[in-house]
Amino acid sequence: MATIAFLRNTWRGLTSMRTALILLFLLALAALPGALLPQRLTASDKVAKYFEDNPNLAPVLDRMGLFNVFGSVWFSAIYVLLFISLVGCLVPRTAEYFKQMRAKPVLTPRNLARLPHHAESTVDSPAADVVAAARERLRGWRTDVRVEDDGSHTISAEKGFLREAGNLVFHFALMGMLVAIALGKMFGFEGQVIIHSGDAQGFCNSGIYAYDSFRPGLRVDGTELKPFCMRVDSFEATFLRNGQADSFHAKVSYQDADDLETGAWRQAGLEVNHPLRLAGGTVYLLGHGYSPRFTVTFPDGQKRTEATQWQTMNTVTLLSQGATKFDPPGVTDPEKRRTGQLAVTGLFAPTAAFEGTLMTSVFPDLRDPAVAVDVMRGDLGNESGKGQSIFEIDKSMVDSGRLKKVARQNLRIGEEIALDDGTRIRFDGVGRWVGVQVGYDPGRLGVLIAGVLVLLGLGASLSIKRRRVWLRATPAPEGAESARTVVEVGGLARTDQAGYGEEFTTLAADLLRPGKER
Amino acid sequence: MVNSNLATFSDWSFNSALAIYLVVLVLHAAEYGFTRNPDRKRELVGAGGPEIAPDLGSTITQGRTLPERLGRTAVALTVLAAGLHAVSLLLRGLATQRVPWGNMYEFGSAICLVAVVSWLVVLRKHDVRHIGAFVVLPMLLLLFVAGKLLYVEAAPLMPALRSYWITIHVSAAILASGVFLVSGVASLLYLIRLPHEANPERFAGMGPKLPTSAALDRLSYRLTVFAFPIFTFGIIAGAIWAESAWGRYWGWDPKETVSFISWVIYAGYLHARATAGWRGSRSAWVNVLGFATMIFNLFFVNLVTTGLHSYAGV
Ligand code: HEM
Repeated sequence: MATIAFLRNTWRGLTSMRTALILLFLLALAALPGALLPQRLTASDKVAKYFEDNPNLAPVLDRMGLFNVFGSVWFSAIYVLLFISLVGCLVPRTAEYFKQMRAKPVLTPRNLARLPHHAESTVDSPAADVVAAARERLRGWRTDVRVEDDGSHTISAEKGFLREAGNLVFHFALMGMLVAIALGKMFGFEGQVIIHSGDAQGFCNSGIYAYDSFRPGLRVDGTELKPFCMRVDSFEATFLRNGQADSFHAKVSYQDADDLETGAWRQAGLEVNHPLRLAGGTVYLLGHGYSPRFTVTFPDGQKRTEATQWQTMNTVTLLSQGATKFDPPGVTDPEKRRTGQLAVTGLFAPTAAFEGTLMTSVFPDLRDPAVAVDVMRGDLGNESGKGQSIFEIDKSMVDSGRLKKVARQNLRIGEEIALDDGTRIRFDGVGRWVGVQVGYDPGRLGVLIAGVLVLLGLGASLSIKRRRVWLRATPAPEGAESARTVVEVGGLARTDQAGYGEEFTTLAADLLRPGKER
Repeated sequence: MVNSNLATFSDWSFNSALAIYLVVLVLHAAEYGFTRNPDRKRELVGAGGPEIAPDLGSTITQGRTLPERLGRTAVALTVLAAGLHAVSLLLRGLATQRVPWGNMYEFGSAICLVAVVSWLVVLRKHDVRHIGAFVVLPMLLLLFVAGKLLYVEAAPLMPALRSYWITIHVSAAILASGVFLVSGVASLLYLIRLPHEANPERFAGMGPKLPTSAALDRLSYRLTVFAFPIFTFGIIAGAIWAESAWGRYWGWDPKETVSFISWVIYAGYLHARATAGWRGSRSAWVNVLGFATMIFNLFFVNLVTTGLHSYAGV
């Protein structure tokens, strides 16, 4: 018995308005560190920097989950409790609402003068006529007419039920939104990939391996991706004179699920704010950058050309850095191959400016491209088993002396570096790459619908007033000389919404002068 | 691309509006200062009953009193300044061929315009002119910060902002913020007036001249109830935009996070008014807190943190 009582009390406590209010404030408070501290979710680099700057404090904060607020146990606990409270609150309120819908408006109170709004007058019409006219005037209200024991005619009327309906819709829609968000989180994914402009192979959404980075939902293992393929045919960026980006436009060809069978390619434009929506996911243009192209002519005359993407370092001037790596061709001896690998690494400037030999970029567009590079020769560490960054050379190889700098030079397009062994490295030109994000979120539409319902419910709930009006028409006592009827009107706003006064005043004026209508 | 003549005229209008608002502030302050405290008897009746504070400036018989004349002049000048203010935004828009809220200066200025217009609308229905200084002061501070510290030259929008959603999403945020400002001021005054009504010794200087607590409460509630759905709509529109611009409708970017906090606090305000023990001063505090988070979002998040939102780091 005691446990039942305890459970019941807990449930009552949890579903009370006050608890809901406290939980709401807790939710706001809990979200605050998410704005004040960098979050892994959105800015992992800033989190790392925070750790560097605050080596003592950061691990403590980390243990409390403050760098991952929105994935933390305590944040989830608050909103789960809030939504449990919401269910506990909505179920009885919905039942109550349907009961009230069917109930008749409340009996006319004995003393109408006690109500917040009240008016009174004496008219010539008989009581029954007064009530009939009032009923006419109160069209659109839910009304109930009664005759009381003393012969008075009364009418009770109520309006504004949609307010409560709106309120219920609002709260239910909030729950619906949470469910849709959860669905999306479970069955959706997000992946990023870099595609070279002009690359005939392009990208295919055929598995996780096709992505450079991939964030699966809880129930996604990458085996059920709906396939599509796309390639970037050309990319164009325009800039204002001050270097501010003006527009980005990628011309893409794609094959959606159905096209893969027919082999047809479709054309589309991809822009910021204009994603490409395909069955397998939505493709967004996230960024762009350059890939300098180098041709190495080995001493035996063989040539190799590579154009690896370089990483943008400065988002305004698009100064980029990277490493383009070469394997000597035709070398089968693994030992020899490992001492003859080449890497061209350093900086790329789309519009170069030099200070002595130091190069910077002064404009993001390709006005005067140049590279400032080191040529490294030796073992790139490809076989070390460690994952290799495509943007960097393996520093440990340099430190251990297995990879050596053999040249350092600035190059404009067409210029070349000659190495001691006769190898020549030419800077041929510049390609472009675009970074795209593929997002798949099956809960998206549900969230949108819930959002619209939230808004509609809120609008109804906040604009509609729930109000009541009563009228009592008491005939003059029998035998009195004049057949005059005393009419009394009382009104009550059932909600917080201020401003029933004006409506009541006009309404009362109409009701008290039944003859004058129309 | 940018019509610099129009941009110059826009700046000129802005500065004129700023100057006139300053005069308005002085006039309202004088109006308030010269208003005599209503005598206690009248006030006691006023506290419980009529919806609106007695018109403090006017005595019924003779023509207009000095405070009333000052106040009326202030309102007339407010209308003039609001006109110039609107013109300055309009010219910015014309000069740059886009909506005039593409950076923090323009955004802040637009919020202030909404606040002024809501104030003028409030004045038509409520007899609260004599508290004008309290509304104009914070508005003017905000306008000054926007126009003098965050000013940027007229320029086209960056590509990320070039979408019709900027019209929808940002204008909703502006509209809601401007109205919330006036609502927050009413709640603050309520928090002075209420204790004064309970104990006339408290805030004896300011208390008597303020509208009744009931009137202030109703005013702030009405304004928040008007602004909250607009704010909700703005957030939803922002999510739709984010979905097409950044690939997700919600990502807890700092700006999104603080908007969420504001939204939850305003929802808390509406709840508080229906919760026993929370009506009155507690819910007024919640309303003030809500506006504080809006301001925090405007300044701290835009200027200190950097997220995806492109106004950041102006
Ligand atoms: C998920 C979190 C919640 C949010 C964001 C929220 C938000 C709101 C908002 C904005 C309103 C005012 C608009 C309206 O009247 O429709 C409201 C009203 C209301 N809410 Fe909630 N609510 C939440 C949870 C709850 C819970 C858990 C309860 C029950 C314990 C509850 C009970 C109510 C009631 C009774 C009203 C009507 C108040 C009135 O008549 O003015 N809400 N809610």
